Amino acid sequence: MLAFTLRRAIQAIGVMIAVGIISFSMFRFAGDPVNQIVSIDTSAAERAAIRKSLGLDDPVPVQFARYFANAAQFKFGVSYQFRLPVADLLKERMPATLELATCATILAMVVGILMGVYSALKRDTLLAKIFQAVSLIGISLPTFLIGILLIYLFAVVLGWLPSFGRGDVVRFGWWTTGLLTVSGLKALIMPSITLGLFQMTLIMRLVRAEMLEVLRTDYIRFARARGLTTRAIHFGHALKNTLVPVITVAGLQFGSVIAFAIITETVFQWPGMGLLFVQAVQNVDIPIMAAYLLMVSLIFVTINLVVDILYTVVDPRLRSTIDRPA
Amino acid sequence: MPLRQTLFAATAAFAVVFAMTPASSQTLRYANQGELKSLDPYTLKETTTIAHHAHVYEGLVTRDKDLKIIPALAESWETPEPTRWRFHLRQGVKFHNGDPFTADDVIFSADRVRAKGSNFLTNVPADAKFIKIDDYTVDVKLDSPNPILTSQWDGWFIMDKKWCEENNAVAPTPASATTPSYASLHENGTGPFTIESHQPGVKTVFKVNPNWWRKPEHNLKEIVFTSIGSAATRVAALLSGEVDVIEPVPTQDIQRVNASGTATVMSAPEIRTIFLGMDQVRDELLYSNIKGKNPFKDIRVREAFYKAIDVELIKNRVMRGLSTPSALMVAPQLYPLSKDFTRTKPDPDGAKKLMAEAGYPDGFEVTMDCPNDRYVNDADICQAVVGMLARIGVKVNLLAQPKAQYFGKVLKPGGFQTSFYLLGWTPSSMDSHNVLYDIMGCRDDPKNATRGEANLGGYCNKELDALADKILIEPDTAKRDQMIKQAFEIGIKDYGYIPLHQQALAWGVSKKVKLTQRADNEVLFYWATKQDE
Repeated sequence: MLAFTLRRAIQAIGVMIAVGIISFSMFRFAGDPVNQIVSIDTSAAERAAIRKSLGLDDPVPVQFARYFANAAQFKFGVSYQFRLPVADLLKERMPATLELATCATILAMVVGILMGVYSALKRDTLLAKIFQAVSLIGISLPTFLIGILLIYLFAVVLGWLPSFGRGDVVRFGWWTTGLLTVSGLKALIMPSITLGLFQMTLIMRLVRAEMLEVLRTDYIRFARARGLTTRAIHFGHALKNTLVPVITVAGLQFGSVIAFAIITETVFQWPGMGLLFVQAVQNVDIPIMAAYLLMVSLIFVTINLVVDILYTVVDPRLRSTIDRPA
Repeated sequence: MPLRQTLFAATAAFAVVFAMTPASSQTLRYANQGELKSLDPYTLKETTTIAHHAHVYEGLVTRDKDLKIIPALAESWETPEPTRWRFHLRQGVKFHNGDPFTADDVIFSADRVRAKGSNFLTNVPADAKFIKIDDYTVDVKLDSPNPILTSQWDGWFIMDKKWCEENNAVAPTPASATTPSYASLHENGTGPFTIESHQPGVKTVFKVNPNWWRKPEHNLKEIVFTSIGSAATRVAALLSGEVDVIEPVPTQDIQRVNASGTATVMSAPEIRTIFLGMDQVRDELLYSNIKGKNPFKDIRVREAFYKAIDVELIKNRVMRGLSTPSALMVAPQLYPLSKDFTRTKPDPDGAKKLMAEAGYPDGFEVTMDCPNDRYVNDADICQAVVGMLARIGVKVNLLAQPKAQYFGKVLKPGGFQTSFYLLGWTPSSMDSHNVLYDIMGCRDDPKNATRGEANLGGYCNKELDALADKILIEPDTAKRDQMIKQAFEIGIKDYGYIPLHQQALAWGVSKKVKLTQRADNEVLFYWATKQDE
C-alpha cells in the first residue's frame, strides 16, 4: 500500500516537472514582456535596463534553474503588469474561482442527477425529451455563447440579474465570499449556470445511461419480485448503484471546472484566477501564466492522486491486487 | 464650432445649477476594457492610466476641455529669459493626507520623474534645473530654449515629498519592480478625488475630495471603476444600466447602443493618427520576392502605394464612417495649419503607371505587419489595404498579430523587422515636433540617439531633421507653425509615409450622465454630472 502511494506520488512529481518545463518555455516564446511594460516611445536604453533587471538577459539554463528553485517555494515572481507578487494575486483571486467552481459543480450534480433519473424512469414523456434536447444544447454550444445569451436575456432584456462582476463580498481574513450578500448571490447565478451546464448535461446523460443499465439487472428484478415499493427500488437500490461512477466523474471534472472557468470568468468579468490568466495572456504577463499553469496542473495531479488512493480504500478488491506485485 | 460651444455652455450651466444644490451626491460607475495597474503616477505612460491618475493627482499645468494648457498647481508663469521659466505656485493647496503643497514637492517630483525606473523621462527635459526661490516660487533653467516645456508637462503629476519619504517611495516604482512599492498601492495627490479602495485589475473606488482647491464642476460623490475586458459584456453592462460609462464601444455595437434608448455613444475624432510605413533603409527587403534591391527605395513605388490607397473607402467600409481621413502625420486638433493640406485623390491607374516606370509592371510580393488588437479595426484596415494594392499588382501577405508579438517584432528593440506596416501615433507632447522627431526623424543620428525611435521604416531627410531642431527652440508661434508646415511638406514630397486617418473615439454614456469628451481619449469625470436616479 505504501509502495503504491509512493509510486503514485513520484509519478505526480514527474508530471509537475514536465509542466514546469512547459510553463518555463513560455517565457521564451510568448512575445517580449518589455513591450507590455513600457509605452511605445520609451527609449531603447530604458528598455534594455528593464530587460536586465528582469533577468531576461541571462542564459536560458540559468533562468530555468532560478525559475524552478523559486517555484518549488511557491515564489512565482512579480507580475509584470501589477507589480505585485504573483502568489498574492492568485491568493486574492482564488476564493472567487473556488466559489464559482463549487457552486457550478453542486448545481450540475443536483440538477444533472434529478434530470437523469427522471429521463431514465419516464423515458417517453415530453419532459424527458425536452431534457434530452437541453442536454444536447449544453454539450454542443460553446460556453461563451451561452454566457452572452444569458446576459442578453436576464441582464439586458429582463434586467433581473447583474451582467458582470461578483456583487458585494464579505471578507473573512484573506477569504472573500459573495454567498452572504443578496447582490453576491444574484451575481453567482448566471456564471454558475454557464460554467456548470456542460457538467450538468454530462452527468444527466451518465445517470440516465447507468440507470437504464441498472434497471435491467437481476437484483432489480428480484427486488420487484419481492414486492418492494417502486420508490425503494428506484432510489434505494438503483440510484445508489448508479452514483459510484457519477461521483468519480464529478470529482475529476471539478479540476476541469476550475481550469475551464477561464472562459466563463472572461465573459462575466468574474474576478477569479481564470480572468487573471486571460489578462495575463493579453499582456504577456508570463509570471502569472506560468504560475497558473503550474497551479492548475497541481490541482489536477492532486485530485488524480487522491482518487487513485481512494479507489483502493473504497474497493477492497483493488487493494489486494496492488499488495500482490505482479 | 458653435454647436460644441453651446454644448459646453450647457454643460457648464448644468454644473452651476448642480453646484447650488447639495453637491456631490451621485455614484458614477465606469467600465473600461483596460485595467488600472499601478497607482504610482510615474510607472506607466498610457492614456487610460494617466486619465485615472488625473482624478487623484495634479500637475503644475493641466489641459482644459479643448486640450489647451491651463494653470493647475502653478498659478501662473513667465519666461524672463528664453532659457529660464518662473512658476508661481498655488497657495493653500493640501495633499489628501493634509500635507501642504510647496516648492519642495515640485523639486522632489522633478527629481523623481527623471529618476531611474520612471516611464515619464521624456516629459521633463533632462537638462532642466529646478531651483527653489521661495516656498511658492520655482525657477526652471534650461540649456536651450524650449517653447513647449509646459506642453510636455501634461501627465507629470506632483507628489508629496514628505509622504514619499515616510513611506519609502522616493524612487519611482519601476516597470520591472520586484517588490510592490507603497506608492503603487496608495495615493496621496491634490486632485478632486481620493482612492478609497484599489484592487488591481478588479475594482477601484474613488471618493470625492471635499477639500479640493478648485470649485467642482461635477456632482459625484464616488466613482466605481471596474475593468471589463469582454466587449459584449461591457456593452451589456451599459445597456442594463449597471454601469454609466464604458470605453470603448466596439464599432459594430454603436448602432445598438444608440437604439437602446438608455444610452448613447459619444463619438469624435481622436488625435491618434493611423498610417502605413515602408522599409526604406535595407538594401534588400526582409520579406519580399524582390532580391538584391529594395523597391521602397524608389520614390515612384512609394508614390504608387500612396495613390493606390483609398482612405475614403476605408472610412466608409471599414470604419463605418468613424474616421477622419488625414493628409498629415498629425491630427488637425494639434496643428492649426492642417487645413492647408489636402490628400490627393486615389489614382490606381496612375499608380500602375508609376510601378511600370519603376520597373515593376507586374508588381511584387511583400509582407505587411499589422497589429490586430491595438487600434480600432486595425486588422480590417490592413485587409482593405491588401485588396487596394492588389489592384496595382502588388501581392501583400498580411501578418496580423496581437500587439505583444507585433510590437516585439517591429519596434527598435526587435530590430525594426518589417518591410511594410501599419502603426498609430499620438504625440505625447500634443505637438508636431514629437512627430517630426520620433516618427519622421532620421534613425542613427549620432547627436540624438533617440531621434527616429519609432521610425520603423527608417525614412530619412536631413533637411527635415534640421528644420525639426529649429522648430524645437523657436519661440514665435506663427513662425514655428510655418516651419512645421515646411517640414511636413518635405515629408509629403518624399512619400515617406502614407497617412490614413484619425480614428474616432467611442464612449458609451448613459443618458443620465453628461460628460465632456476630450480628443486625447482621456475619460475625465471631474467634468461629469449625473442626474438623480
